[in-house]
Amino acid sequence: MTQLPQTTDKKLGLVIDLDTCVGCQACVISCKGWNTENYGAPLSDMDAYGANPSGTFLNRVHSFEVQPDTGGCAQTVHFPKSCLHCEDAPCVTVCPTGASYKRGEDGIVLVDEDACIGCGLCAWSCPYGARELDQAAGVMKKCTLCIDRIYNENLPEVDRVPSCVRTCPAGARHFGDFADPDSDVSKLVAERGGMDLMPEQGTKPVNKYLPPRPKDTLQEVDASAPILNPVAETPKGFLGWLDKALEAL
Amino acid sequence: MHPAPSVIFFTVFSGLGFGFLTWLGVGIPAPQGWAAFPYFFVAFAMAVGGLIASTFHLGNPKNALKAFSQWRTSWLSREAWMAVLTLSAMGIFAAANIFLNISMPPLGIIGAIMALITVYTTSMMYAQLKTVPRWNHWTTSLLFILLALGGGAILAADSLGTILFIGLAALAQIYVWDAGDKRFAKRGHSIETATGLGDMGKVRMYEAPHSGTNYLLTEMVYVIARKHAIKLRIIAFILAYIAPMLLAIISGRGFDLYILALIVHIVGILAQRWLFFAEAEHVVGLYYDKR
Repeated sequence: MTQLPQTTDKKLGLVIDLDTCVGCQACVISCKGWNTENYGAPLSDMDAYGANPSGTFLNRVHSFEVQPDTGGCAQTVHFPKSCLHCEDAPCVTVCPTGASYKRGEDGIVLVDEDACIGCGLCAWSCPYGARELDQAAGVMKKCTLCIDRIYNENLPEVDRVPSCVRTCPAGARHFGDFADPDSDVSKLVAERGGMDLMPEQGTKPVNKYLPPRPKDTLQEVDASAPILNPVAETPKGFLGWLDKALEAL
Repeated sequence: MHPAPSVIFFTVFSGLGFGFLTWLGVGIPAPQGWAAFPYFFVAFAMAVGGLIASTFHLGNPKNALKAFSQWRTSWLSREAWMAVLTLSAMGIFAAANIFLNISMPPLGIIGAIMALITVYTTSMMYAQLKTVPRWNHWTTSLLFILLALGGGAILAADSLGTILFIGLAALAQIYVWDAGDKRFAKRGHSIETATGLGDMGKVRMYEAPHSGTNYLLTEMVYVIARKHAIKLRIIAFILAYIAPMLLAIISGRGFDLYILALIVHIVGILAQRWLFFAEAEHVVGLYYDKR
């Protein structure tokens, strides 16, 4: 049903650390790899070897540059973006068929592809661009938070996290339950001031982003100047005599 | 937003069809027997044709019947229900009129109200979207309804209705364009709120997440030909509003000029609806530093 659950028992989601992400795109590739051969229709590519390749991805990394208002050097921020599994998910309520739903037990937002008509209204209603209509299958694709990994008892326990989290070489992605205030993700958010994207849309995203830590500001001073200043302006004693003697030559 | 022909045809023709059904429902005009056939045929052909056009927008139309299931939350589902119920009610009204020569004014009035509610549900598919500030306002629905009534009046060859409702629609249109131009900024959406990085300084994208295009960009960050927007607005305003009103004033209750009025109105509304999509900016464009 496209009515949102009043509350969910768990709030599973991701913390993405914008301070740590190096923009390597490994999460993008591992996500595509896992999700193209597991849950639902494959993530197709169009014109993959031609002039205008495009394809369906559930996770993409944007790269931004932030110019501080106070002057100084601009800072680079790599910015992975996938479904935020919002508490007030507008993509769920707009769906005419019930294909789009939010699970009461863990809060994951999913698409039942057998009921999807590919109208695209859910993608229109998402402020974050988290949903892409697969051009081959004609159905809506989105992040499943790897439901086929996180509950999969055939996998070693260390692998029971979303593919993007498992693969991140920088440790910039964390998975956990936000409904539990003692979970690692909840603590991270509290410690580092985890934030919502586009809060003015009122979607109440579950996924949180940790802002980059403030960087040192490079001052317009020559740090080496005091070291390189001549210690003695005028030589004295033997060196003074030598200096004068050499000048006289 | 991508101005898909299927959705432009859907909204334009189903709007006209249901608008005409509204007028036929209240008995303006009130043809009887077989003389009523062409009137209802045109109204149903437009309404149903528009609805069929909308299915070309679907990626997976084989599940289309499931779209009736979520009327509690989904405007698209409510639209599907209202369209079918209105066509059924007006179908009975039309059949009784054409084949049995029985007039049922109460059913006609109920059908007329339902037809307007159908147009309202269509408009709400767009007006509900917070992600598209230009659409996310009650005047979007107002304009859809006024246009249905105005276009229906042209089809009904009713001069007073044409002048009144096309005139009101023209006023609403001026407001919708003007307020729509400002609403994105007014809502405060920016690349800084989208990324949450505004506290650090001014944000710009220096590298896109993909070198080619994708569904998000082709569907929701459509920026082609916006530079012609002002010219198209003028053309649309003259054809859709000014010309039909002038023709209605000239022709009085005569019929022939209404065919010309209808043609220019449809061309104008097609341009207006193209602009409705092409000028609509989706907030997801902020992640691409585009609008």
